[in-house]
Amino acid sequence: MNLVLKVWRQRNAEEPGQLETIEAPSINPDMSFLEMLDVVNERLVAENKEPIAYDHDCREGICGACSLVINGVAHGPDRGTTTCQLHMRRFHSGDEIVIEPFRARAFPVIRDLVVDRSSLDRIIQSGGYVSVSTGGTPDANEIPIPKRAADVAMDAAACIGCGACVAACKNASAMLFVSAKAAHLAHIPQGAPERLERARSMVARMDEETFGACTNTSDCEAVCPKEISIEFIGELNRDFRQALLAGR
Amino acid sequence: MRLESGVPSGPLADKWDKHRAEMKLVNPANKRRFRIIVVGSGLAGGSAAASLAELGYDVDCFCFQDSPRRAHSIAAQGGINAAKNYQNDGDSIWRLFYDTIKGGDYRSREANVYRLAQVSVNIIDQCVAQGVPFAREYGGLLDNRSFGGAQVSRTFYARGQTGQQLLLGAYQALSRQIHAKKVTMHTRTEMLDLVVSGGRAVGIITRNLVTGEILSWAGDAVVLATGGYGNAFYLSTNAKGCNVTASFRAYKRGAGFANPCFTQIHPTCIPVSGEYQSKLTLMSESLRNDGRVWVPTEGGDQRAPTAIPEAERDYYLERRYPSFGNLVPRDVASRAAKRVCDEGRGVGKSGLGVYLDFNDAIKRMGKDVVEQKYGNLFHMYQKITDENPYATPMRIFPAVHYTMGGLWVDYNLMSNVPGLHVIGEANFSDHGANRLGASALMQGLADGYFVLPYTIGNYLATAGPSPVKTDHDDFSRTAAEVSDRTRRLVGRKGHRTPDHFHRALGQILWDHCGMGRNSAGLEKALKEIPALRQEFWEDVCVLGGDREYNVALEHAGRVADFLEFGEIMVRDALERRESCGGHFREEYRTSEGEAVRDDEGHAHAAVWEFQGADKAPVRHREEMSFEFVTPSTRSYK
Repeated sequence: MNLVLKVWRQRNAEEPGQLETIEAPSINPDMSFLEMLDVVNERLVAENKEPIAYDHDCREGICGACSLVINGVAHGPDRGTTTCQLHMRRFHSGDEIVIEPFRARAFPVIRDLVVDRSSLDRIIQSGGYVSVSTGGTPDANEIPIPKRAADVAMDAAACIGCGACVAACKNASAMLFVSAKAAHLAHIPQGAPERLERARSMVARMDEETFGACTNTSDCEAVCPKEISIEFIGELNRDFRQALLAGR
Repeated sequence: MRLESGVPSGPLADKWDKHRAEMKLVNPANKRRFRIIVVGSGLAGGSAAASLAELGYDVDCFCFQDSPRRAHSIAAQGGINAAKNYQNDGDSIWRLFYDTIKGGDYRSREANVYRLAQVSVNIIDQCVAQGVPFAREYGGLLDNRSFGGAQVSRTFYARGQTGQQLLLGAYQALSRQIHAKKVTMHTRTEMLDLVVSGGRAVGIITRNLVTGEILSWAGDAVVLATGGYGNAFYLSTNAKGCNVTASFRAYKRGAGFANPCFTQIHPTCIPVSGEYQSKLTLMSESLRNDGRVWVPTEGGDQRAPTAIPEAERDYYLERRYPSFGNLVPRDVASRAAKRVCDEGRGVGKSGLGVYLDFNDAIKRMGKDVVEQKYGNLFHMYQKITDENPYATPMRIFPAVHYTMGGLWVDYNLMSNVPGLHVIGEANFSDHGANRLGASALMQGLADGYFVLPYTIGNYLATAGPSPVKTDHDDFSRTAAEVSDRTRRLVGRKGHRTPDHFHRALGQILWDHCGMGRNSAGLEKALKEIPALRQEFWEDVCVLGGDREYNVALEHAGRVADFLEFGEIMVRDALERRESCGGHFREEYRTSEGEAVRDDEGHAHAAVWEFQGADKAPVRHREEMSFEFVTPSTRSYK
């Protein structure tokens, strides 16, 4: 198949960027989207042009490194799919494909399609954990957890921290990301002691990092490659309000 | 090179306790005076950095990814072993130890493996306390499943994302210590050299992948947790960024590299589909619990798999290995797949594939239960291949997955360079010539949570603080060498990308140092690799500058190291004149095609010592003596 790419090129955070048109002829439909970009890069280098920079690593949909807004949609057109698991058979020969970085004030561009998502790490650092140190823990089966609770916790814990929710949100809110971690720990007894403080501190950190407020329009859920539910945002809001009332 | 394992004397079950009682301690008030460098933030590095900081040490942790949460441990699917015996099926620390040492084909150290089995139970407790959402039974207790190479159910799992959940546990513990300012995290930072001063590891040199800045870091001890070298093969189940650079740089500074030929080819991966292929995707080994592996009885059978009647299918694992069936260890399963494909009975367009069939499982348990157990794996398979595994069997083929070889370490997980510790997949210690499924996660976390935090204290209490800071000549000299090498690569206007050379190296290694090896092929590879290396330096193209974000430069540096390292893998494979575990020398096999080990001549770890550029490395040996088990021929029949 033959494609025309319009790719965001930006040398670094300081210089302005623009969309560049790049022809991508003879693309095999069985390629993944990133393999298509690999091939385009090989060809650019052969013409002595600098390759397009994009984040990627595991290429099996779990590390959360790959990003890209493809034709206006974070991670592209397939639901529940990261960019690395998107295949070219999803497109048609002759298509024009616009490829942009995940855009948010909290995600400054590093180069081309690579953005800095360390703001998400700093949210986790502010309280996205159970405060236990190594050693001295009770036997694992001394903490029985109803299967249902463990399953819900796992649904939330499946978040890969890619930031697509932020890129999709018109307010660039990180509420789905924050609520996923909060819910993972709130649904199991290990997370209970710090539940309210955790909600409070993670939301505060999210605000500090210049993420916006939730729009309640669920664009985040629509693009989430792990299909994490916005119900968790409702739960986080409840915990957050309770934390405020309790003065935690 | 001195290779003293430092294994304590006494009964096997008491060694670790005895050693812990005898090791020196660092006074709690003095711990903050020590700075420890941890390179890598996966299960081993992340858990070590967090645990060391909790103890009171100051830690600098480095990773090349944009976040410590993205280390490749995250991609492990199936599970983590522990000798909990929660299923009441006869498991014990001894049995996990025995399975692991036998699974490794008697090429690992008894005392290390026993300790691993001992601390395995603590890992599960630790992870549960952190909130890792392991699978549970309806009664609220933990669920287990069985895995290749074992006849008990000792594998704990979190759907098909066990590695992710364990890594997030370690990442969260690490995040807590970053928040407490006990760990300084350096992301998008690559270690490019080890600084050795007065015979002691005293720091590292890094390149900031965003700014290109080359920086020096001093520490009282250095811990490498930088994973394996499977990407030497180019196509593997590793993440694209996985590389050997940190380990290889340490090797060039004097650390011994043990058993580089021990690589694991995983039997259940999605077959290669085209020239452009950038990586291979693993389908968790847990699928072999319910899926049945088969090929047509006759070669050249072009019918759709569902049209082939039972009588014309060869369930070759069940036929050849009736007691373990589809759950034989990985090396055995991979070789068996290669054999049926070599016989011309492989399936798919390339003929390099076998079926993994869930039809019986769906009949037995219902589609819903199969979906519950393996839904995410089936989904991934369908995304990649465009085939529905509920309706037609999966096609699978072996792919490079894990490397048992690594930097040599003693019982304290310290290399032969004092102060340089190596943990997780980066070391050689626990898996011998073949790793059992669900044991990598166990080893990474054992090293990071429960072994290194003790043993590094002993080193620091004995050696004291490092007298050398970053203004020392040894730092400036090493940093200058790193800058020179980077400058040699950048701006090269050849005609080919680093990827081109990486693929070519991968092909050589796959052809001659892959599932089957023989001396003629290895000798050939020993000629081809240096030629390819020369071509690389003459014709590689690295555009852009060294003081900016430059992916081509990053990749070129890693490929340059793989091009040197690949040769050592081949040398090691050539010198090991026996078949054991993942290392199958075609000259050493029975008439039935099973591996023939040589315990007289090869019951040792081969440890390679760098002798300088353009000189052949020297091969040393650490004998593996078996006091508590008797090496036997591995039989899964």
